Amino acid sequence: MARKASLKVVSGQERTADESAIEICDLSLIFATADAPIIALSNIDLSIKRGEFVSLIGPSGCGKTTLMRVIADLEHQTEGAITVNGVSPQEARLARAYGYVFQAPALFAWRNVLRNVTLPLEIMGMAREERLRRAAKYLEMVGLNGFERKFPWQLSGGMQQRVSIARALSFEPQMLLMDEPFGALDEITRDHLNEHLIRLWEQTRKTVVFVTHSISEAVFLSTKIVVMSPRPGRIMEVIESNLPAKRTLDIRETPDFLAVAQRVREALRAGHSYDD
Amino acid sequence: MTTDVAARAMRAPTVWRRLLAGHAAPVATVVLLILFVWYLAAIALNAPRVQDQWKLSGASGTTGDLIAATWSMERPVLPTPTQIGAELYKTVFVEPVTSKRSLVYHASVTASSTLVGFALGSLLGVLLAVGIVHIRTLDRSLMPWIIASQTIPILAIAPMIIVVLGNIGFTGLLPKSIISMYLCFFPIAIGMVKGLRSPDPLQLDLMRSYSAVRHQVFWKLRWPASVPFLFASLKVAIAISLVGAIVGELPTGAQAGLGARLLTGSYYGQTVQIWAALVMAAVLGASLVYLVALIERIVLGRMGMRR
Repeated sequence: MARKASLKVVSGQERTADESAIEICDLSLIFATADAPIIALSNIDLSIKRGEFVSLIGPSGCGKTTLMRVIADLEHQTEGAITVNGVSPQEARLARAYGYVFQAPALFAWRNVLRNVTLPLEIMGMAREERLRRAAKYLEMVGLNGFERKFPWQLSGGMQQRVSIARALSFEPQMLLMDEPFGALDEITRDHLNEHLIRLWEQTRKTVVFVTHSISEAVFLSTKIVVMSPRPGRIMEVIESNLPAKRTLDIRETPDFLAVAQRVREALRAGHSYDD
Repeated sequence: MTTDVAARAMRAPTVWRRLLAGHAAPVATVVLLILFVWYLAAIALNAPRVQDQWKLSGASGTTGDLIAATWSMERPVLPTPTQIGAELYKTVFVEPVTSKRSLVYHASVTASSTLVGFALGSLLGVLLAVGIVHIRTLDRSLMPWIIASQTIPILAIAPMIIVVLGNIGFTGLLPKSIISMYLCFFPIAIGMVKGLRSPDPLQLDLMRSYSAVRHQVFWKLRWPASVPFLFASLKVAIAISLVGAIVGELPTGAQAGLGARLLTGSYYGQTVQIWAALVMAAVLGASLVYLVALIERIVLGRMGMRR
């Protein structure tokens, strides 16, 4: 009996270590428009392991958001293959495998903070006590306990975005997809939320895919940085970052950090020309 | 002493300024102006008749007599506000509410068909909007018909509705309500189509990312998002619903209701009665719109959408 149990644990560990979260193979996506088709993604190959923090970085129009939307089954590829948790994105979505945090908080104006966080739980048919327990837990985690009864318009932009993060965490998905979540915020708030996010990731070790425009944000947060380039949207380089897992904002002054940032910057420059 | 005078000098303009800043002073000015023009117009429009009467009866009088006579005719071309006020006082407060001479009675008859028509029209408008937003074929096929329906003059179609419904046994309140409904479903359908489509794409994507099914997207996102639009439409709809009810009372032979009052007034040249009924209709319309606005404030307040 005991042996059986221990075996199970071992095999479970092995699986988590081996299994990849996202597997993308030769994926292309072409939008048909009135005049000429737009190649949003071209021959993307990418593999993301469980528990990784992966940033997609690149100039506007390089397909970062589109790639994320393909992973989330909000968009469908024209060619190539993609699996999320070993199944198709649609099956992963139906299994509620990921929480999506959008550029804007997209909170519901008629729901207070608490009911915004419990929205996905209501949709998933969770019991009321459990909903309240989860909401309390994740509002605490993003530092918003005490704001349950406030309505979105009573909160600052940073607080609204934190509510949307709590909402994405509330149903405890294995994966977080974050599309420039702090893009609209000022730098001070952004730094603060970045620290928050890295703590969160250390605690939960969820797989995170994070879209950003900011080099320092990408290097600070990620274990892997995917540099993309526009027209057509493609991957220029995948940079593994071996900065220590425990990170504070001070790390941004260290030579290791600056070296990684320099590599990202060079890769961006290589893929980006201002001529076209 | 000096300070007292100075203080008074300071205070006087502040009171005046406060009056000007609020609604009271501008509204009062406009009302006075309208009344002034009204009394002048009453003299101008009624004077020829008074003079005719004087010529027939061989009477004569001063200009003062003439003005007094134009302001107190039994069937004037344009009655004065005083006459209309007196008629309103008599028919609202003096006559018992159950009497056929009571304007309260007639107003309540019109109000009931207005409210039934408004309820039916709101239901129809919302159902059409839900259909249009969710079913592609309806979106393409229904909208031209809805718009075309409103280009038909209601005065032309009202008698037909009354006759047809009368033939299959519906008389009284229902045919009038149907005409109300015919007018008021339109703004609600248009407003609700816009309202149900008002959630932004991110919110819809969010619901998709939760794998929410259609009725969840409707009840948790589209419907609450459309509530401000709904109330904007309801305020327009209840006002034209009243118009529909009054128009519906005209071809029925008009036993009761404000429309009936207007019709009998015009049969017998009772202009004072017509004007009193018009004022009553305006008061009724304003109260109904105010009532909807009040409900709107309460509902939006509860939804946290009042700022």
